[in-house]
Amino acid sequence: MGTASSMLTQYDIEEVQEHCNHLFSQQEIVCLYQRFCQLDRNAKGFISSDEFLSIPEFVMNPLSQRLLKMVDALNFKDFVAFLSAFSSKASTHQKIELIFKVYDSDHNGKVSFKDMLEVLKDLSGSYMSDEQREEVLSQVLKEAGYSKDCYLTLDDFIKVLGHSGVKMDVEVPVD
Amino acid sequence: MNSTGTLKSSSSELDLDRPNIEDYLPSGAAIQQEPRGKLRLHDLLDISPTLSEAAGAIVDDSFTRCFKSNPPEPWNWNIYLFPLWCFGVVVRYLILFPTRVLGLTLGWIIFLSAFIPVHLLLKGHDKLRRNIERSLVEMMCGFFVASWTGVVKYHGPKPSRRPKQVFVANHTSMIDFIILEQMTAFAVIMQKHPGWVGLLQSTILESVGCIWFNRTEAKDREIVARKLREHVQGADNNPLLIFPEGTCVNNHYTVMFKKGAFELGCTVCPVAIKYNKIFVDAFWNSRKQSFTKHLLQLMTSWAVVCDVWYLEPQNLKPGETPIEFAERVRDIISHRAGLKKVPWDGYLKYSRPSPKHRERKQQNFAESVLRRLEEK
Repeated sequence: MGTASSMLTQYDIEEVQEHCNHLFSQQEIVCLYQRFCQLDRNAKGFISSDEFLSIPEFVMNPLSQRLLKMVDALNFKDFVAFLSAFSSKASTHQKIELIFKVYDSDHNGKVSFKDMLEVLKDLSGSYMSDEQREEVLSQVLKEAGYSKDCYLTLDDFIKVLGHSGVKMDVEVPVD
Repeated sequence: MNSTGTLKSSSSELDLDRPNIEDYLPSGAAIQQEPRGKLRLHDLLDISPTLSEAAGAIVDDSFTRCFKSNPPEPWNWNIYLFPLWCFGVVVRYLILFPTRVLGLTLGWIIFLSAFIPVHLLLKGHDKLRRNIERSLVEMMCGFFVASWTGVVKYHGPKPSRRPKQVFVANHTSMIDFIILEQMTAFAVIMQKHPGWVGLLQSTILESVGCIWFNRTEAKDREIVARKLREHVQGADNNPLLIFPEGTCVNNHYTVMFKKGAFELGCTVCPVAIKYNKIFVDAFWNSRKQSFTKHLLQLMTSWAVVCDVWYLEPQNLKPGETPIEFAERVRDIISHRAGLKKVPWDGYLKYSRPSPKHRERKQQNFAESVLRRLEEK
């Protein structure tokens, strides 16, 4: 395969960097490209679901199916843009925005009680019953001042998660 | 040889082979601080730790690293090195390669013209026939090693033929077997391959004693375990060589050892193999190239350099389980060959991890939430 940077020109790197708002350094983009090429087995230009699911550590994650929907068949530019929310340089706002997107699976800009239940189901599996999940969620929503029929918007998420900061950083190993 | 990951989850038998992965994962990765205090909306909405783990796995994971071929950096891009490199290519492809092919063909002719008569004519004199066949196979492997200009340094005492012992080694390519076989005729347990390799397996390797298995056959395991046990008991059989990783790894890491070789009730003699990548990377990336292509790559490079260490035989310690024994031997081999250990089962190359691991995370989460709900 050769060193990946020989296949990625300086123009390409700058374009990708522009697209992710300079949240990754040029060296990190080169490393991400090597990783992208490693996962994209037949050089199709995108990574298929099957190829993501060949990473055992990813498969073991309870939210893997949700993330898979967001990251499936992205080209390299969009792949980097997706991962940019995990950069240490990304703002808390950007990170909360990604969390919101994970909840808002139907992309209608609001998160319903049902949406939150679904994510809770992914996280707790068969170790909590549906009734327990509903009860827990209703209780914490009530205490936070929201009712069961409320729809949460991005601003609500920022209000709830913003004040204590969100620690969601992933380091790109640069060798 | 194309191995697409099958969608069925790995059988429960594969799980029994594996010690607890959580014992191995670096503390930074999976273990987060146990959250305390009353449960709030913030705690339920904040999925950042789980998302970080998933993104971390996308960006880099220790399993895929084991199977990454690291091609050597090109060094030929300047005015005097480039012509030298071109000259090297000419020598390798037009002089060395034909010479090696010729040498190998000669070796085959000598081998077959001695092996076939001996095999057919000395049918009655089993012991003599086996001795001659054994020497012939060793010689043939010597020819193979010569065909890639193998520079192999053997360290440690040459393996002795004794009953109730088994040899285990780390696995990088099928040539591991040839390199070891040239010194001592081992019996081997192998995945049945298609094509010309399969033909070789069923004819010549049969004479040194071979046990076949099929990775996809779950029931096969019991039959294979029985055959292994029978082989090890026989005093006349060649010493058995097993690659407990079950798959080829890139010679920088070792994956978890399957316990099959370690519960036969006999001495385990570890063998460590480390290739020097100075001229060629001997890792056979079965996802990327067929074995034929891999051999051709070896035959058109300058040399294959490696070290082989025959290490001190180990026995099951009192109170040690076979899995612990396997990990202890893996430790010895990894240490000697300078390889890093990763906590993954090599068969994950072919199938998905068991849902048990995800379920454990879900269980931890659920218990934490329910507990904190009770707190005031």
